[in-house]
Amino acid sequence: MLFNFANVLTFIVFGAVFVGINITLSRILQARNPHPVKLSTYECGELPEGDSWIQFNIRFYVIALIFLIFEVEIVFLFPWATVFKELGLFAFVEMMIFVFILLVGLAYVWVKGDLEWDKSTAVPDPALAPSAARQELTEAIAS
Amino acid sequence: MPVLNANLTLQAAQFANLPETLQTILFMVLGAAIFAGAAAVLALVGVYLERKISAHMQDRVGPMEVNTEIPVLKNIGHGWAQTLADALKLLIKEDIVPAEADKKLHLMAPFIVFAATLAGFSVLPFGPGLVASDLNVGLFYIIAISSFVVIGIILAGWSSNNKWSLLGAMRSAAQIVSFEIPASLALLVVIMAVGSLNLGDIVAAQAGGIHKWLIWWYPPFNILAFFVFFVASLAELNRAPFDMPEAESEIVAGFHTEYSGMKWAMFFLAEYANMFLVGVIIATLFLGGWTSPFGDFLNSGPFPVFWVTLKAFIVIFVQIWLRWTLPRVRVDQLMYTSWKVLTPFAFVAMVGAGIWMML
Amino acid sequence: MDFTNIAFYIFAALTVGSAGVMVFHRNVVYSAVGLLFAFFGVAGIYVLLAADFIAIVQILIYVGGILILLLFGVMLSQKLTKVDVRTESMQLVPAVVVVGGVLAVLLLTISSTPWKLAGSLEYEPTTKAIGRLMMTEYLIPFEIASVLLLAALIGAAYIARKN
Repeated sequence: MLFNFANVLTFIVFGAVFVGINITLSRILQARNPHPVKLSTYECGELPEGDSWIQFNIRFYVIALIFLIFEVEIVFLFPWATVFKELGLFAFVEMMIFVFILLVGLAYVWVKGDLEWDKSTAVPDPALAPSAARQELTEAIAS
Repeated sequence: MPVLNANLTLQAAQFANLPETLQTILFMVLGAAIFAGAAAVLALVGVYLERKISAHMQDRVGPMEVNTEIPVLKNIGHGWAQTLADALKLLIKEDIVPAEADKKLHLMAPFIVFAATLAGFSVLPFGPGLVASDLNVGLFYIIAISSFVVIGIILAGWSSNNKWSLLGAMRSAAQIVSFEIPASLALLVVIMAVGSLNLGDIVAAQAGGIHKWLIWWYPPFNILAFFVFFVASLAELNRAPFDMPEAESEIVAGFHTEYSGMKWAMFFLAEYANMFLVGVIIATLFLGGWTSPFGDFLNSGPFPVFWVTLKAFIVIFVQIWLRWTLPRVRVDQLMYTSWKVLTPFAFVAMVGAGIWMML
Repeated sequence: MDFTNIAFYIFAALTVGSAGVMVFHRNVVYSAVGLLFAFFGVAGIYVLLAADFIAIVQILIYVGGILILLLFGVMLSQKLTKVDVRTESMQLVPAVVVVGGVLAVLLLTISSTPWKLAGSLEYEPTTKAIGRLMMTEYLIPFEIASVLLLAALIGAAYIARKN
């Protein structure tokens, strides 16, 4: 078992070394043509506006929380899944109770709308709507 | 080919004059080197396939033209040198790090992402005994190690100090974690059927031909699990139609907007290596792994490696095909798919298969 | 000294060093990176203790769950990444006295406890044994865990909704 884990570690170390070699090689070979404008943050050609470390939607956090709890549940399911055939019906029923209790949780967050992603509440601006002439033209092209 | 079985390594060590531990270390490093090289080559083949299949599906001109002046190779035509040209271009490209970026973490992120991706390759079985690390918790390990990739992506997005990068990274992370639940539940069906987390055991349970593959067990529950896992893996790879983290029309290139040159290439390589990783996992779990579809026919020598690679590339072909077939989904549709479609179906597959096994 | 000992000291140094970075760094995101390597080091120590399943769980839950949640939390808090999270040192003398006292008690406890040594470890797969024990001997804690998880889920969703 230790040998197998040592192999895993070798892969991780080797992966890091592989990236290191490639980046170093590229450092040696690459063209260098510095310019201050190149070092500015990319914002579609505009000058960067404000800070990019902005506040995020709370939804991301809620999703991560729900995920974490289901993840813990799955950790319980894995060892059970490897032995449930030999343990028979009793173990199966036990796990069904466990899963059922957690499905209650899923049903709860579902019904309460915690799994809904925020939809846009913006009202379309009438000034930005296509003009009548343009709409006619679109329809003419479509037909 | 490195047969990295512990016993074989120790046997090999007896024939050499070097100390045993040094031999073992040498074998490990050599094995990792070969696998890493193979992963890189396979990722390049993946890139090549992506470009060529895309070119055929969309009648693109570019990837059909790249060629050399070398006499024999010149006649292959068909733009065969595209991937070589890509690699060479990336190697000599200037590495630009924005002045506002956090330089240390900006450098660290590709290391974490690539090393974690490569670590996933260590448990994949490519033939009888042909596995670098025959872990007993193999399947569980693959799920766990992929979480390092998420952290790497968040670090890449944050350290770039760019709005698109951070938005892309957050989308990517939220997407990967959301789809990890249905994916893990779908894997449970396989584990319940085989009773082991070891990938070698899972392949062994499917030996004997196409009709023995796990996808056909306990119908229709395993087929359902297969589809759940396939869709979830597309989302975990940020592949179309779930490629919002890299939606070029909205957030430029997502988390790697501020990466260029070799560092960008490492993310790119990791992405295609991940596609191959998922291809092998799907092949191993549901499509018989390295066993031949014809029972004992063509099931020895180099054929196991051939079969598993072929199956993995078929999965990759479907992934690329879907990219040019389906439009991108919206973020609310994405969350709907994960939590309200795939997760309930995965539970149904798990409970259904469990009841079948109890009968 | 054999290989497992050397590996243990490397992992222990990694864990403690990363934990140090996590505590002392000014930037929260760097602290998170420190935590990442500390979790990895702990997983390595679990492997050396022949607890393969627990090692993987450590990575899955702490790196794949807690750390992502933590980073999401950091991203949610506006400007948190720019703030120096270290606070000033106040009340130096009482602090030294209290910390010194706790350290003394801890050292005394560690040195006076009769530690049970496992002797030579047997490295064998633990997953099935865990599954079997969970379904038989530790059935009640296992089922209670599901209720606990349900409560945690409802609580988390409720608190998040209020914001």
